[in-house]
Amino acid sequence: MALVLNEEQQSLRDIAKEFLQKNAPISHFREIRDTKDPLGYDKVLWKKMAELGWAGILVSEEYGGFNFGMMGMGGILEETGKTLTPSPLFATGLLGVSLIELAGDEKQKKQLLPKIVEGNLTTAFALEEGSRHAPCNIATKAKKEGNSFVLNGEKTFVLDGHSAEKIIVAARTNGGNDQKLGITLFCIDSGTPGMEITRLSMLDSRNVAEIKLKNVNISSDCLLGELDNGFSIIEEVLDRAQIGMSAEMLGNATQAFEITLNYLKERKQFGSLIGSFQALKHRAAIMYSELELTKSSVVGALNAVDEKSNDRTRFASLAKFKAGETLHLVSNESVQMHGGVGVTDEYDIGFFMKRSRVAQQIFGSADYHIDRYATLSEY
Amino acid sequence: MSDLQAFREETRDWLELNCPSEMRKPGDVAWGGRNAEFSHPDQKIWLERMGEKGWTCPTWPSVYGGGGLSKEENKVLQEELNSMNARMPLASFGIWMLGPALLEFATEEQKFEHLPSIVKGEFWWCQGYSEPGSGSDLASLSTKAVKDDDSYIINGQKVWTSYADKADKIFCLVRTGPQEPKHNGISFILIDMDQPGVTTKPITLISGKSPFCETFFDDAKAPAKDLVGGLNKGWTVAKRLLEHERTMISSFGLGSRGEVGDKKSGLVELSKKYIGLDSEDKLDDASLRSKIARHDLNSRAFGLTMQRIGEETKIGAPSAASSMGKYYGSEHNKLRYELMLESMGTKGIGWEGDSFSIEEIAITRDWLRTKANSIEGGTSEVQLNVISKRVLGLPD
Repeated sequence: MALVLNEEQQSLRDIAKEFLQKNAPISHFREIRDTKDPLGYDKVLWKKMAELGWAGILVSEEYGGFNFGMMGMGGILEETGKTLTPSPLFATGLLGVSLIELAGDEKQKKQLLPKIVEGNLTTAFALEEGSRHAPCNIATKAKKEGNSFVLNGEKTFVLDGHSAEKIIVAARTNGGNDQKLGITLFCIDSGTPGMEITRLSMLDSRNVAEIKLKNVNISSDCLLGELDNGFSIIEEVLDRAQIGMSAEMLGNATQAFEITLNYLKERKQFGSLIGSFQALKHRAAIMYSELELTKSSVVGALNAVDEKSNDRTRFASLAKFKAGETLHLVSNESVQMHGGVGVTDEYDIGFFMKRSRVAQQIFGSADYHIDRYATLSEY
Repeated sequence: MSDLQAFREETRDWLELNCPSEMRKPGDVAWGGRNAEFSHPDQKIWLERMGEKGWTCPTWPSVYGGGGLSKEENKVLQEELNSMNARMPLASFGIWMLGPALLEFATEEQKFEHLPSIVKGEFWWCQGYSEPGSGSDLASLSTKAVKDDDSYIINGQKVWTSYADKADKIFCLVRTGPQEPKHNGISFILIDMDQPGVTTKPITLISGKSPFCETFFDDAKAPAKDLVGGLNKGWTVAKRLLEHERTMISSFGLGSRGEVGDKKSGLVELSKKYIGLDSEDKLDDASLRSKIARHDLNSRAFGLTMQRIGEETKIGAPSAASSMGKYYGSEHNKLRYELMLESMGTKGIGWEGDSFSIEEIAITRDWLRTKANSIEGGTSEVQLNVISKRVLGLPD
């Protein structure tokens, strides 16, 4: 297993870093937040990102994409994690593309994927219904009526749900709550009557929505993948999602650590640089060690997807566990080491603590993944 | 067929022919030396064959008796050895610590004299660094070496010298420049243990026994040509050698076979045996299960990290990252044993007698032994200081 980026992957990441530092630094995120931008991201910026090929990283070449794999996507997500750049990259480029690539038929792929690659179509994945990650806990019902389906239910914590043009909904067509069998995916226009999409205001200003479905009547053309058998696709997409989110979290943690390290080297107290105090040095060195372990876990997991490892799911849990714990530690320590200014809104460092708590909830907390890893390892 | 594939096939054939069946299962490893003891005749055969081929030190240049293999070839060799479950032919501080330092700092003459004998395990080397007054503050050491014609006369005491009572030779830090500032007056010298001026005394640890000794020098002699790296320049050699030592200790954190991949840790198997599974096939102690899984996950993350750092540094030369490995590996290993003890309940706290199995007593005593992991080879606190200074660039 390769744990070091190859030349192409490294160059893609270098370009991403340069582009984001120049066009979408943390001040860009702050501006979007402060102006309460109705879209929640900058459409012009997203177009430029698509021009760089980012929306099509995971798309096959026959649909206009670049088939660059999760190693490529992970590197970019890590960089957007450093700059906190708001964009549809995760919800569309990773979640939407993966769902369509893995579940869609030829017609759907031809119709949707090239538009995504060009930056002309955004998607969201409506899965969760409760306050904790529980992927087969689906009560939303889709009832077949002739040549159409009627959907009723409530979805929450839908990333980019308020801005996406297509919503991919996981609904129950069969079986009881908590069962894997009987879950079906549908790809629905966000303007379909009966859909009530409400933007949620999150702690970290991430773009998330709540979606209510009241007698939403859709054609059976909206069916994405097999009837009743959507869960195996969801599982594979969730592994990718957890790994992609871990890459973003690694970026968050790396940046928070970097900012803090610089602060330790310039802030003076008692006539000395605070970075010379052993109480802070040792904690900084511990954070460094944890970051190194996180980096290896994330790269290992990204690679496990690309190599089609049969241990992909355990790798996904490893990455999300390690990224969750490390970002939690680093974001807390970063605020503490900044002292008083660390708790002011003027300093960027608080953003990372807020982002940390939201990111940990997305697709399973560290504890969720500890339990899943133990179960998958049969103990 | 690629060259590497051809090499793999040749290697497999050679190993198949030359590795005695007795050496293809777990067991103790030979340490070599003038008075070498072998628990089985095959141990001797295995050591001789591997030594002859230079494969006890696969990547050392062949002119010095090494295998002369590239990094890629060595990887193939290790994979083939692993796949046949072959035992290490030789355990040796000469291979892990002294040899790499000689390759970097010794004169050609010194390399030709000492390296081939390390490859073949002709001498058992031990390390003379710490002194009763110089632990973490190693540079304050006071064992003296004074030049007398073609020799140095050595007086003083070392401590924590592993296997000094069995070793043939010792690589030692001595003070040769008493007037110089402390780091600048130290030399690195090779001393024969088999002489009247050298005596050793074993140290008993909290685990009941140990390989550690105190070593005393009373007008001991070493030929002047065995000073390595130049007069008063021993600190540079010492620092590099410590990095090799850290790398060696880091590997403890990887478990007994340094497994990285899918293998379950011994901890999981042990806890299944003592705790048992509930009706859902989960360890029948939710809190301990969670602690064990967390540890298991961290084992895997640490294994991947050691692998990645190896790939990044290419040649596998230790760097400041070795401090991270040493810090994390030893803390992680301590935690592994804490969890084993917790899993075993009252079976994990016996000392001796028939009420406890040999394995149970061994684990209890190994638990006590791990407490030294974060002290030997530089304490965890010293490693954190090294990381913060050399990796993170934090001010003094």
